[in-house]
Amino acid sequence: MKVWPIFKKEMRLYFTSPVAWVIMSVFLFIAGYFFYSIFGYYTRVSMQSATVAMGFFFWVYFSQYTRMSMQAMMNPMAARDVNVIEWVLRPLFSGFLSIVLLLSLVPAISMRLIAEERKSQTLELLMTYPVSDTAILLGKFFAGLALYGCMLATSMVYLAILRYFTPLEWAAVGAMYGGLLLMGAAFLAIGLFVSSLTENQIIAALGTFALLLILWAIGWGADATAGSISDILRHVSASDHIDGFTKGVIETRDVIYFVDVTIVFLVFGLLSLQTRRWKG
Amino acid sequence: MIEVQNLTKHYGSLTAIRDVSFSVAPGEIVGFLGPNGAGKSTTMRILSCFMPASGGTAVVAGYDVFRESMEVRRRIGYLPENVPLYTDLRVAAYLDFVAETKGVPRGERKKRVADVMDRCRIADVQNRLIGKLSKGYRQRVGLAQAIVSDPAVLILDEPTIGLDPRQITEIRELIKSLAGEHTVILSTHILPEVSMVCSSVVIINKGAIVARGPIDTLVEQFFPTARVEVEIAAPSPAAVRDALRVIPGVVSVSDLPGSDGIGRYVVESARGRDVRGEVFQLAAQRRWDLRELRRMGMTLEEVFLHVVAGEQTE
Repeated sequence: MKVWPIFKKEMRLYFTSPVAWVIMSVFLFIAGYFFYSIFGYYTRVSMQSATVAMGFFFWVYFSQYTRMSMQAMMNPMAARDVNVIEWVLRPLFSGFLSIVLLLSLVPAISMRLIAEERKSQTLELLMTYPVSDTAILLGKFFAGLALYGCMLATSMVYLAILRYFTPLEWAAVGAMYGGLLLMGAAFLAIGLFVSSLTENQIIAALGTFALLLILWAIGWGADATAGSISDILRHVSASDHIDGFTKGVIETRDVIYFVDVTIVFLVFGLLSLQTRRWKG
Repeated sequence: MIEVQNLTKHYGSLTAIRDVSFSVAPGEIVGFLGPNGAGKSTTMRILSCFMPASGGTAVVAGYDVFRESMEVRRRIGYLPENVPLYTDLRVAAYLDFVAETKGVPRGERKKRVADVMDRCRIADVQNRLIGKLSKGYRQRVGLAQAIVSDPAVLILDEPTIGLDPRQITEIRELIKSLAGEHTVILSTHILPEVSMVCSSVVIINKGAIVARGPIDTLVEQFFPTARVEVEIAAPSPAAVRDALRVIPGVVSVSDLPGSDGIGRYVVESARGRDVRGEVFQLAAQRRWDLRELRRMGMTLEEVFLHVVAGEQTE
């Protein structure tokens, strides 16, 4: 298995072209803005200036915090006990906007992986080298995951800032990052599969985004249905499985869910690559 | 080194090649000729293990391209027609990737990449992005990736297309220098190139092989006679024709195509029989003006046009 050379090549391609830098900058910039507004709100809550914060708050994040800010208004002492993970990191990483950010950046990472090589026909040459299709696929997958990991790692700047003001529960932070990494792996496997279906990177990106959004939101339909369908929808939905991680809880079924999605879509990707070889 | 038997490939209802059979001996350079769309690239893609055939077998370097694809892939270097390269990689990094993927041991890799860059004359651009290189350089980088692992068999699809004349000469020299230790199959539609580089040819047309063998043998096979072009000014062309016909060894005399009665003839004789002296003597005796006397080259080009055109009129 020659996964390593493929991985190295993909990383070189990401970093000698502007792709990796643009993706990381976009992430850092938008996540920075979220962090600023959430952290700013948190500090104000702690300082009991909840009324001012509420106006600002409606603007960025609503449902989750209304309850808490009301509590803070009514009971100033409560604010001090508010957990920084619950209040800052969780909304930062699993808030609606943040998820949209991840849902749109993952396709940006995965779209070129196979589609670009199909378009430039380098795939034809690569497939005549003594590497298995599995190695090609895994090399590309891990390269995408590594870039995604680098992207997430840049957000640790904010952890450092938080740590300056308040102690952090590192285990919970670790669970959160672990969950995001697992979710990223599943999303990237989906993106890699979609990228193998087309020569057009824009189609690959949009297709991936659509699939991810549906996978994310499919659980919302669960409330409208009942019984086993509701359970199934809830179980299929990615949002229901990342929730635990962001609370610092690692549940086996959540881990298995993301690992399953990753494996299933990697297998789909492999089949797609092999079909392409057969069609010639 | 390459054994192809009854190779057939269908794309849907279209048959790209049918019953293609030929073989290439070790160390040989074989030219694979054919008009555009004849099936050259299809055959090469099958030989390079990019895609499987619909029928027939191909054995490269002792291994079946379908059943033992990985073994074949370890022993070949392939240059596709359009020279697909990673435009966002630097030349040296790209060749290092290819060498590693093709299993060149870590210790040798650096030296091998440096060697191949020297051989292909791309050492001066080794730190440039491939996307910024000119067509000629890209072509040479493509050739470098094919030979970097020192494979037993090279499959080159139109290796000199898009190059300027000096670069073409360089690439030809490079390919020639590969003969002996490497077996090379190269496709082209530039016919003089084949005579210069290859020892034998395979001509394919509309998916089927129409001629194959060493170039000399092929020429003899298709043109068993030697031909001389003669221009004689004389009062009666008919008399000239009759007089030429009785020269010993002459098989036929005909008007040169497109020369309406201005006295140009093609004299065919048995191969190896040179009738030019006798034609001169004849003209001198009869006091005809001998204006031109030229042996016509029986080139591969004519063989090619003959077999390809012949196929089309059928």
